[in-house]
Amino acid sequence: MIKIEDLHKKFGRNQVLSGTNLSIKSPGIYAVLGPNGSGKTTLIKCILGMVIPTSGEIEVEGKAVKKNWKYRQEINYLPQIANFPGNLRVFELIAMIKDLRQKPSQDDVLISSFGLAPYLNNKLASLSGGTRQKVNILLAFMFNSPLIILDEPTTGLDPAALISLKKLIQKEKQQGKTILITTHIMQFVEEMADTIIYLLEGKIYFKGTIKELKERTGENNFDHAIATIATNFENV
Amino acid sequence: MFKILKYSFYDLMRSRWSYVYFLFYLALGFVLLFLNNDVSKAVITLMNVIIVLVPLIGTIFGVMYFYNSKEFTELLLALPIKRSSIFTGQYLGVAGSLTLSLVMGLGIPFIAYGLFRSNAIWDFSLLLVVGAFLTLIFTALSFNIALSNENKIKGFGYAVLLWLFFAVIYDGLFLLSLIIFEDYPLDKYSLVATMLNPVDLSRTLILLKLDISALMGYTGAVFKSFFGTRSGFFISIFMLILWTLIPLYNLIRKANKKDF
Amino acid sequence: MGKYFLLGILFLSIFSLKAKTLVVCSDCEFRSIKDAVSKSSKFDTVLIKKGTYKEFNILVDKPLTLKGENYPVVDGEDRGEIIRVVSDNVTIDGLYIINVGTSYTTDYAAIRVVKSENFLIQNVVLEKLFFGIYLEKSNNGKVYNNKINGDAVDEYNSGNGIQLWYCHNVQVDQNIVQGVRDGIYLEFSDNITINNNLSTNNLRYGLHFMFSNDDVYTNNTFENNGAGVAVMFSKKITMRNNTFSKNWGTASFGLLLKEINDAEITGNIFTNNTIGINVEGSNRINYYNNEFISNGWALKVKGACYANSFVNNNFLNNSFDLSYNSKINDNVFKENYWSNYAGYDLNKDGVGDVPYRPVKLFSYIVNRTPETIVLLRSLFMDIIDFSEKVSPIFTPDNLMDNSPLMKRIK
Repeated sequence: MIKIEDLHKKFGRNQVLSGTNLSIKSPGIYAVLGPNGSGKTTLIKCILGMVIPTSGEIEVEGKAVKKNWKYRQEINYLPQIANFPGNLRVFELIAMIKDLRQKPSQDDVLISSFGLAPYLNNKLASLSGGTRQKVNILLAFMFNSPLIILDEPTTGLDPAALISLKKLIQKEKQQGKTILITTHIMQFVEEMADTIIYLLEGKIYFKGTIKELKERTGENNFDHAIATIATNFENV
Repeated sequence: MFKILKYSFYDLMRSRWSYVYFLFYLALGFVLLFLNNDVSKAVITLMNVIIVLVPLIGTIFGVMYFYNSKEFTELLLALPIKRSSIFTGQYLGVAGSLTLSLVMGLGIPFIAYGLFRSNAIWDFSLLLVVGAFLTLIFTALSFNIALSNENKIKGFGYAVLLWLFFAVIYDGLFLLSLIIFEDYPLDKYSLVATMLNPVDLSRTLILLKLDISALMGYTGAVFKSFFGTRSGFFISIFMLILWTLIPLYNLIRKANKKDF
Repeated sequence: MGKYFLLGILFLSIFSLKAKTLVVCSDCEFRSIKDAVSKSSKFDTVLIKKGTYKEFNILVDKPLTLKGENYPVVDGEDRGEIIRVVSDNVTIDGLYIINVGTSYTTDYAAIRVVKSENFLIQNVVLEKLFFGIYLEKSNNGKVYNNKINGDAVDEYNSGNGIQLWYCHNVQVDQNIVQGVRDGIYLEFSDNITINNNLSTNNLRYGLHFMFSNDDVYTNNTFENNGAGVAVMFSKKITMRNNTFSKNWGTASFGLLLKEINDAEITGNIFTNNTIGINVEGSNRINYYNNEFISNGWALKVKGACYANSFVNNNFLNNSFDLSYNSKINDNVFKENYWSNYAGYDLNKDGVGDVPYRPVKLFSYIVNRTPETIVLLRSLFMDIIDFSEKVSPIFTPDNLMDNSPLMKRIK
């Protein structure tokens, strides 16, 4: 699915990724975790081709990412900040993305499950933060792609919408897809994730199931386990 | 690319600014023609307006659009679309809508006035071509600036400085250099210096039409062959095309390397 | 002058009653013009039939009429002067004269008139010439409806189309002169009238006055010459209703005035010249009702020029209206229309409320460093010109049109 080899990325003097290796072979839900500035978003953006790595190789579905764009047909992406061109209406945005991707989409189902129907004629600039995030989610799940990348998907969602989102993620998982999620909500991770990828100072510090993580840290509480990883690392 | 162009273009066509720009030119055209009653004089005044204002508007508008559509750009970047297509598409969308506003805004009053029956039509068409080129060039330059500057305020600052440089400062330095080195043969130098500034280049093209009598007063042989034959016209047009393509190429090159 | 001319014609017609006609053609009694002329008596007519006559140095030393029928060709074969008139009352009509000899020492002409009165040269076509019609110390004649078509390339080995030297009371009317050095050249010639001529594509000047006074030229067209008309060291010349156009190039002008006084320049049109009128050291000249359209410089005033007045002229779309290299101004500019005028007329009397300053600082800069012309109409120059307009430093303070008109004078 995804293969990352010795990935380096420097922003100016700031070394964000330093020799990241990662291989995701089987479908499932992967939570990319790590403290602020550990390079989660950078890693994701490298996979998406939005950030150009200083060195290293990335392959998605067996295709090299470098100087390629067609592989993105296999990816659905939910960006962290859901800002859209303000003077477009919701339905226009949906139509536009459909037009740009030229793939069959399930936008009708998603519109009803997130209750977006009343907002279709509104301009994007006039939407509330939560509604905008719903539109964001809709755009990410509209198409049928084997790889789904979600950057902080829970931001600003009300409980009902959060439940819909979780259902949606589970459904996609059952269809055999690979889902990469970054989030700060540990409860969400504990509930959803099959595998934890813990990123620290630009390296994969831990990769494994929640169970493995708890065993390794000797903590029963997931939140604490995560916190311990970080301190352990500092001691090394 | 054409899809991006289409959406950028629609987006701009809906924005208030395109209308402001369009209405401004419309008003200018009508005022010039119907207060003056002289097409030739109107063309001269328009020329002054075009070589100063079009670059300014192109620069400001380009920077503004680029920063405003940052989210849209990031949305597009995650989609299976080639990067160069995204940026050329957006660029052409902006430059295209500005050019359309210019051509329509000025064209309508002139046609209403009876331009087709006037022999100023060639001067006028040249003016529009030059205006279109200046829009293309300065929008491309402003995209370059915006792409290299994350900071909006800085980007705007550089953009205005760029305009000020090409519209005023460059000519000041140029004049100064000519006066300082007046004892040397300067005709080649002055032509080359003209080519290196798109505003001067456009001005030269218009001078070739309006002021050929004055230009022929100068002795230099290089000048003579430049202004006295068609070569001046073709070299200028060629340079304008180059001035459009180089910033555009640089834009694509930079965009391909940039992290978002 | 007309009186003398009429008298001449009367005189001629009385004698022609008993005058005879000598016919020249290839199988006539006279095979050459020279032969016919030498065998003719006073007031005879030599009628030259169509054909080619290879002759030069034809001397006309008695009152005669040389008349060509269907433009017989007189071919000088580049051997020298072709016809020389040394008698009064000679008419030359309808000849086609070619191949005048070129010399660096002698000014060979197609037709030379020396110290003669009452001559008439008309309907003559001249080609491949050195000098065309050369009038020398001859008075009371007329040069009418001739066509002079030269192929001059360099000034040093070409001559003038029509030249008047020490002549008085001559009319030069409806001639076409092109491709020579000076189209029409006057030296020490007074009371000459030059009307309705077309002088184009000449190397130097379309019309050239030197030391000639009281002359008038009207309704002529001067186009695409090295320079249209040059008036030098002359007095009381009247220039009316002429058109000066497309006189392009370095030091090219529609009209050059150098050291001339008391002239009148009215109703002329100057279009597309590098310089409309170039004035040097000329005084008391009235410029009224002229049109200056699309010239590089409408007016260039150099040196001491006093008491000139520029009134009711139209200045339309010139790159520069006026260039002036002196700090003192003694000339009057008033009630002109300037298309570059940007003032307003609040009381609606047709006269602008703020004065117009026709001299721009930029024209000074261009005079000093000619290459700066490429900066014409640049925003930077406009800013500099504006500041000069607000507080004049380089241009004469009082050089302005205090009553610029708001509308073009029809």
